[in-house]
Amino acid sequence: MALVSFKNTILHNLVSKPKTRRAEKEYPVGTRGHVENDMDLCVLCGLCSIKCPTHAITVDKAAKTWSIMPMSCIQCRCCVDNCPKKSLSMGLRFQEPGEEKITKTFKLSEKAIAAQEALMKAAKERAAAAAAAKAAQAAQGGAAPAPAKAPAQAAPAKPAETDK
Amino acid sequence: MSTRSVIPFGPQHPVLPEPIHLDLVMEDEKVIEAIPSIGFIHRGLEKLVEKKDFNEMVYVAERICGICSLGHGLGYSEAVEHIMDIDVPMRAKYLRTFWSELSRVHSHLLWLGLLADAFGFESLYMDCWRLREDALDMFEQSTGGRVIFSVMKIGGIRRDVPDEMLKDFYQRICRMEEELKVLSKPFLNDMAVQTRLRGVGILTAEQADALGCAGPFLRASGIARDIRSTGYCAYGDVDFEPIISNDGDSYARTECRIKEIFQAFDIMKQLLNKMPGGDIDVPVKGFPNGEYMMRIEQPRGEALYYVKANGTKFIDRMRVRTPTFANLSGLVETLKGCDLADVPILVLTIDPCISCTER
Repeated sequence: MALVSFKNTILHNLVSKPKTRRAEKEYPVGTRGHVENDMDLCVLCGLCSIKCPTHAITVDKAAKTWSIMPMSCIQCRCCVDNCPKKSLSMGLRFQEPGEEKITKTFKLSEKAIAAQEALMKAAKERAAAAAAAKAAQAAQGGAAPAPAKAPAQAAPAKPAETDK
Repeated sequence: MSTRSVIPFGPQHPVLPEPIHLDLVMEDEKVIEAIPSIGFIHRGLEKLVEKKDFNEMVYVAERICGICSLGHGLGYSEAVEHIMDIDVPMRAKYLRTFWSELSRVHSHLLWLGLLADAFGFESLYMDCWRLREDALDMFEQSTGGRVIFSVMKIGGIRRDVPDEMLKDFYQRICRMEEELKVLSKPFLNDMAVQTRLRGVGILTAEQADALGCAGPFLRASGIARDIRSTGYCAYGDVDFEPIISNDGDSYARTECRIKEIFQAFDIMKQLLNKMPGGDIDVPVKGFPNGEYMMRIEQPRGEALYYVKANGTKFIDRMRVRTPTFANLSGLVETLKGCDLADVPILVLTIDPCISCTER
């Protein structure tokens, strides 16, 4: 009986395809390989560097750079989950081995810088317009601050009533 | 009377990649006494609770060991969830249980391969590890990692598994079961294998109980003690009986582990059939305050997680008691009186995980 099963195994191994796989394997969707950043979308908010458990990510707002230490990264996907602009994503391929603890630095793209500057400009314009409108309202009359004070006076009176 | 000599075994040894050192006191070919010493890879992970906040600590807990990674993350998260009174959604509980059974399959198949390698059966070793590859593929598809899964979080799990993938997993589990039926025959029926395993390193039930052994090492001595019976996670919803064997020798331990793989397949099928829908996590507010002791059944046996929190985001103390540490005293007992050639197999039969033990 044992000999029969032994024969079957040999015949099966002779006929079947190789059990080994190709080195270039296909990674399933969602493999946590390495962190990638789309520098067109990044706004350098720094949430990824705050959430990173190993402090592998550094964000330099002045120099407009985003850098990662791949040797410190543990591929936990925390930064990707917390990215508000969805600029971070997990690449499928694993981090390549190396002899040195390298730091990969990415500069914000021209497109992103231009977009941010446009946003800042628009925000400044809005703020200036709002300030102008407020000044104009204040110039029209001092009636506006008076209703705001009324509830503030009423509030301390209520606890006094409940104490009684 | 012959003279006694001491043979050092490990921390670097061809059959055992784990760094444990044993001083074997020999009289001719017989081992009279074995003196273990550990501490070669102590990393001080428990101390890190003072530097990482309680959410980040899940990642540290997962990195205690590469094989029971999921169990460590699960034990720590469950302990914190009990402190914070978090009700984890049913789907998250089921998936957690499914993954812990899958990690039992991959751990036991790894062990079977190592055992085959230790008694010199190399093709069997390759076959076991090839079958284990299917379990790792399922992990990679469903969690995104092959060894470190990073899928646990306080309050649930981080990633849902689509229903189509679960259906595919059911088919693959059935295929794995068929392949394992073929693979288990040489382990259980081959005469050469039996001469290496039968009657080697007998541990009686009384000894195993008194020395506080855990897991398949304990159950092979005839004591039905399985923490899964307490019904943590979704184990309360599945039918299973702890697997025991009464011989207490190396063969009984092998048999116990092979039967446990089949049992794990059965539990996984039950879970996939009953898999509920819904959310996979609940939002966590506030910080833990209190203490809890969580017991879970790792592939190697009972593991205990003690967490003491103080109401801030940093936890006061975390302590892990791992199954290998509990089994070391049993190992020293079984080594007494055995042949030198049987030492590697006996050290293997407790399924040592020294990384867990030293943390």
